Amino acid sequence: MANMPQDAGKEAIQAKGWLYAHKWLLLRRISQLGILLLFLTGSWFGFWIVKGNLASSLTLDFLPLTDPYILLQAMISGVTPETAAFVGAAIVLLFYALVGGRVYCSWVCPVNMVTDAAAWLRRKLRIRGSTHTSRNTRYWILALTLVLPVITGGIVWELVNPVSILFRGIVFSMGLAWLLILAIFLFDLLIARDGWCGHYCPVGAFYSLLSNHAMLRVSAAKREACDDCMDCFNVCPEPQVIKPALKGAAKGASPIIMANQCTNCGRCIDVCAVDVFQFNNRYSNLSQSGLQPAKDYSKHTV
Amino acid sequence: MGKSTKNSKGINRRQFLLTTLKTACSVGLVGVGLGFYAQRANALPPLAIRPPGALPEEDFLGACIRCGLCVRDCPFDILFLGQLGDDIPSGSPYFIARTGPCEMCEDIPCVKACPTNALDHSLTDIEQARMGLAVLIDQENCIAFQGLRCEVCFNVCPVRGKAITLEMQPNVRSGKHALFIPIVHSNACTGCGLCEKACILEKAAIKVLPLDLAKGELGGHYRFGWKEKQKAGEALVTPDVEHQYNLPEGVRYELQGEGLILDGKAQQAMPNKPFSSNPLDTLNRNPEEE
Repeated sequence: MANMPQDAGKEAIQAKGWLYAHKWLLLRRISQLGILLLFLTGSWFGFWIVKGNLASSLTLDFLPLTDPYILLQAMISGVTPETAAFVGAAIVLLFYALVGGRVYCSWVCPVNMVTDAAAWLRRKLRIRGSTHTSRNTRYWILALTLVLPVITGGIVWELVNPVSILFRGIVFSMGLAWLLILAIFLFDLLIARDGWCGHYCPVGAFYSLLSNHAMLRVSAAKREACDDCMDCFNVCPEPQVIKPALKGAAKGASPIIMANQCTNCGRCIDVCAVDVFQFNNRYSNLSQSGLQPAKDYSKHTV
Repeated sequence: MGKSTKNSKGINRRQFLLTTLKTACSVGLVGVGLGFYAQRANALPPLAIRPPGALPEEDFLGACIRCGLCVRDCPFDILFLGQLGDDIPSGSPYFIARTGPCEMCEDIPCVKACPTNALDHSLTDIEQARMGLAVLIDQENCIAFQGLRCEVCFNVCPVRGKAITLEMQPNVRSGKHALFIPIVHSNACTGCGLCEKACILEKAAIKVLPLDLAKGELGGHYRFGWKEKQKAGEALVTPDVEHQYNLPEGVRYELQGEGLILDGKAQQAMPNKPFSSNPLDTLNRNPEEE
């Protein structure tokens, strides 16, 4: 029997205990806040672990990391970066291509904490209505952010990008950035479910494109145990990715979630009382069962 | 059955095209808005100065990825990133000379930290930096123009004696003193802002301005006669007649040299100059002797 959205996760807490029903959520929060802390040790305690911010950083004065999406915009506007920037971007690209691009969204991005909070409150306050926009809008915006540097010669998106503005706000100085973040919170809470991250954010759109061949996947390994409580659909920020894997047995689809929009947040694993989901690699189950990847069925779902 | 399938397909295609068009148009509108916003937001206020080696502003905004590594590596902590709500492009680095000028580190750590060459790595000599240009913008309040000895800007200038020189001018008010006027030279001034910081006025009379705001530009058609003459080695218009001074024999006059020159003979003919070169002699002179 389907649960109400506001009750999502209650069964899991009863079945597994609070801590275990929040395992991946807690790990993600530790990751997100920990990354922020790494950038702040210098100004707080006087020794730098990581300098800079998510756009480009230097870890322990040795390891360069650069956001490939921002670097791409800079290069489109006509700049020749230093080698360190290329190396940094290559490391980041490789990492996310391996673990899934949108791991950036759920394990690193600070805006995720804001939109998760909005989604949680939306469920608790039983706010149902939501404007309908295509989830593909983000790819249009992504294209727009790559065209604007050609026309204007500047990195236009970085003037308003909430992801970098919030991170920079915390690590450097906030200014009026909190207004922008508040706007996103209220938009997600009152106007559109998963509005920002699920429909508009071009950063997530860029990283989702890295996900196509990623190794780390969520798998509905025990999908026959599913009791249709709908908790996973209610908590998932990209619920369209679940169905092909969870309900694809009849069509011969693999239980592995192959859609590149899955953020690997693991919240579905947390809230499932019967432990249908688990983290897995993309090839598990495929060879032994001869099943097709679920992605084929999810490509056009919106 | 076949017809209905076709029909529903047609509607789907129609809906698909409509949805796509709607999305494309909305995103396009957002793009136009962003473009206009960027134009306004990218205007840098004149008192915000980019770090050394910064590309020309337009290129800089395309190259700077707003990572803040230059801010972190500045040992004097003078650099800030523009915040949302400031009139400085969001996230881009700047300093304000009056409160925290560039101390001109020899190894230029901020440039080294830049991953994208927005701060040009070909800048290796900090004295070649051109962050802006100091301009003695308020001659009414600068106390040097009142005949007071200040020269603080001259003394703190790190490109000493080249970027700011003192030019002596007669003090017309007192009739007997000199004004020590600070003159900035754009071929040496790095725009570090140490002079602006040090100016003793309540509000600085000397300010670092962006180069394009500070500098005029002479029309390309101008030719200065004396420069052309120097280039060609001779006057280009009429033959240059040397000016003849009506002077006694053995006496020459050099306009740009030491002035009146007495040859050996003339010197001997005029042994008693009216005044000795030592002013004490004149003071101690006994009038009765004469």
